[in-house]
Amino acid sequence: MSIIVNHLDHVFSPGTVFEKKALSDVSFKVENGEYIGLVGHTGSGKSTLVAHLNALLEPTGGGIYYDGVDIFSEGYDRKALRGKVGLVFQYPEHQLFEEDVFSDVCFGPKNLGLDRSEVELRAYDALKAVGVKDEHFYVSPFDISGGEKRRVAIAGVLAMKPEVLILDEPCAGLDPKGREEILSLVDDLHDNLGISVILVSHSMDDLAEHVHRILVIDGGKLVMDGEPREVFRHRPELDAMGLTVPEATAIMSDLKRMGLAVRDDLITVEEAKREILRVFGR
Amino acid sequence: MDLIKAKELIFEYVRRDKNGEVDGFKRAIDGISLSIKQGDFIAVLGANGSGKSTLAKHLNSLLHPTEGVVFVDGNDTADADKVWDIRKAVGMVFQNPENQMIGTIVEEDVAFAPENLGIESDRIKERVKESLDIVEMYEYRRSTPSKLSGGQKQRIAIAGVLAMHPKCIVLDEPTAMLDPEGRRDVIRAIRALNDVENITIILITHNMEEAIYANRIYVMDSGRIVMQGTPREVFSHVEELEQYRLSVPQVTRLAYDLRNAGLDIPPGILTRKELCEALCRS
Amino acid sequence: MIRDITLGQFYPADSVLHRLDPRVKLTGTLVYVISLFLFQSYIGYLVATAFLVSMIVLSRVPVSFMFKGLKAVFILILVTGLLNVFLTPGRELVTFWKITITIEGLRMAGFMVLRIVYLIVGSSIMTLTTTPSSLTDGLEKGLGWLKFLKVPVHEIAMMMSIALTFIPVLLEETDRIIKAQQARGADFESGNLIRRIKALVPILVPLFVSAFRRANDLAIAMESRCYRGGEGRTKLYPLRYQGRDVAAYIVLAVYLAGTICVGILF
Repeated sequence: MSIIVNHLDHVFSPGTVFEKKALSDVSFKVENGEYIGLVGHTGSGKSTLVAHLNALLEPTGGGIYYDGVDIFSEGYDRKALRGKVGLVFQYPEHQLFEEDVFSDVCFGPKNLGLDRSEVELRAYDALKAVGVKDEHFYVSPFDISGGEKRRVAIAGVLAMKPEVLILDEPCAGLDPKGREEILSLVDDLHDNLGISVILVSHSMDDLAEHVHRILVIDGGKLVMDGEPREVFRHRPELDAMGLTVPEATAIMSDLKRMGLAVRDDLITVEEAKREILRVFGR
Repeated sequence: MDLIKAKELIFEYVRRDKNGEVDGFKRAIDGISLSIKQGDFIAVLGANGSGKSTLAKHLNSLLHPTEGVVFVDGNDTADADKVWDIRKAVGMVFQNPENQMIGTIVEEDVAFAPENLGIESDRIKERVKESLDIVEMYEYRRSTPSKLSGGQKQRIAIAGVLAMHPKCIVLDEPTAMLDPEGRRDVIRAIRALNDVENITIILITHNMEEAIYANRIYVMDSGRIVMQGTPREVFSHVEELEQYRLSVPQVTRLAYDLRNAGLDIPPGILTRKELCEALCRS
Repeated sequence: MIRDITLGQFYPADSVLHRLDPRVKLTGTLVYVISLFLFQSYIGYLVATAFLVSMIVLSRVPVSFMFKGLKAVFILILVTGLLNVFLTPGRELVTFWKITITIEGLRMAGFMVLRIVYLIVGSSIMTLTTTPSSLTDGLEKGLGWLKFLKVPVHEIAMMMSIALTFIPVLLEETDRIIKAQQARGADFESGNLIRRIKALVPILVPLFVSAFRRANDLAIAMESRCYRGGEGRTKLYPLRYQGRDVAAYIVLAVYLAGTICVGILF
């Protein structure tokens, strides 16, 4: 699996008064097995970018190659692409519609044209993989808790057996424990099922803990692309974009400014703790 | 006198089966007593489903106790004649700003409550202006709400409640659907209401960082208040909070770990500045 | 596609028509519609044209905007026109195969097409110069007398204004739902009619669920902001007639009188 995004441009309503450049000259490559964080404030163009990766929007310039094939070319099977590049939207309420959880998860694989036993097998595996309890399989997807709904929504995409999973703010609105549970589920999918993950999130703390590479979008441009530690070194630039650095990074750089001889390129609470204890000789 | 007083409050939902027959009762609030004074800034923390939103609706006479009593500004919320006095005294702001907009332009929305109260037009105009000024949205008074960002919409919703001249505002997870920028602006507006206008604030949230500005925190779990105290007191019980599916701010977590590792740091650190100063002293 | 509908769209500008009381504009539209049905002669249509042109000029709305609304009903206009051309009996003009075109037919078709075009352009002048909210205000106050006939005028106006607020919200939501289901491989474009209708279920269910949730939230939010019906409610901008509104009523009265005269005389 590989995705190449090549000089991607997108202009909304070109040639009218509402013309708006949403993406300009975005290029990057996603390799098999990567775990990527995508950040940018609201309106930066990250949702537009994500929609392109799933061929839900057509670019006005440039292109995207999935395993070397142009996904916008004539006759390309976009439905099959959407099975391979799974996209989970922010609010599960936007996709749950069936009478029970199990049928809802069947929707994706059914659309891929698989036979019934395969569809049900995949739905079962997917629900198991996201940790939905057996007794919830046949209840209405509208009667389960917010955290459970997210799991079912993720299962609904997982059942298509994607090679890449894109999650848009999967934790929005959940309580701290719920957030942690969803993020560790995403970790599991990446580590154990070998799925490449692109996680769209506002929380730098979460990204620092989980992803291995961060893409920063601002004003429709890809302005940073690197390892979290590298990206979070640029605190002033991120500040200027209305973004932050992880709390741990901020603490360390504040400490350094106050004269303590600490490293300031640390990004998680665990790292910060070890470094401070080292400096204090513990 | 207390502005809000609840005594042994119990609330039960009637659960119905598919045929509409009574299936059982679910206790959402299970014996809550609390008292809140004019000018207080209260944060109510609790995981999803802990009963905090149900509690909020009691303070506005949207729900009435199954057992026990709630007094708002000296009026019993179960007293049907006092409903409008109570709703005028306690304004409510809800999670989704889109679902509380009434009016196709901003100033109409803000004018909605005073119009309902039968206030004369010139007074309404004054109230609209002052309310929008407080949340720094006056320049948008002619805008269409759908063109504004989430944070801006939520500040309009706050202005709409302010225009009633309430003594207290209850905010039910007002930032859950916002990005970090919107979140910051809304929290700043809420703090200003409390500091400058001396309006009592009851902030319901599961975002721990927002709770540190409160002068008192109530932690809810399964319909009960299980912890209470100043932010410093509550956040020094890291493990106990985790039991209730909550967490502490990252700085607090780091400070707690460092203290446990033997560094000389006071308990209940809430801000980066406090932690850095404590570390530089030791 | 849904966004192309101009009927009910407001065009912000500063003109006499924009400043007029919505009740005047509602009455004016009614008078104009009546006049179109009274006119049966060339002179009548001349009067109607003169009135319409002066309103367009006064409104300061670009002419192209006015005629955009016509696109949606183009087929209707075409069919009406053709039916009148072919089916009106009278003096024969040309005959081919079994079809006869008469002079009366042409005249009739011309009038019918003009009538529909004027009707649509005339009413879009009203909506283009009046914000949706002041239109509902105008309806509520202008039709206030219907309350005595037990018509819930306030409730209807409130529902209209809520619907107007939620249209953009629900459109955006529909878009998001479509994308979410497409991402799960849903296909809305291929297959026969029945398949296509079935394909709408995954969109409609989440949309309805969401609309009901929103309605419930909104009801609670309105209650908590002391809403208790129209009784005793005041307005941020109450409708009060100004000098210009009186003048406009006089113009309308003159126009109506003229219409009736022309209708009787010609």
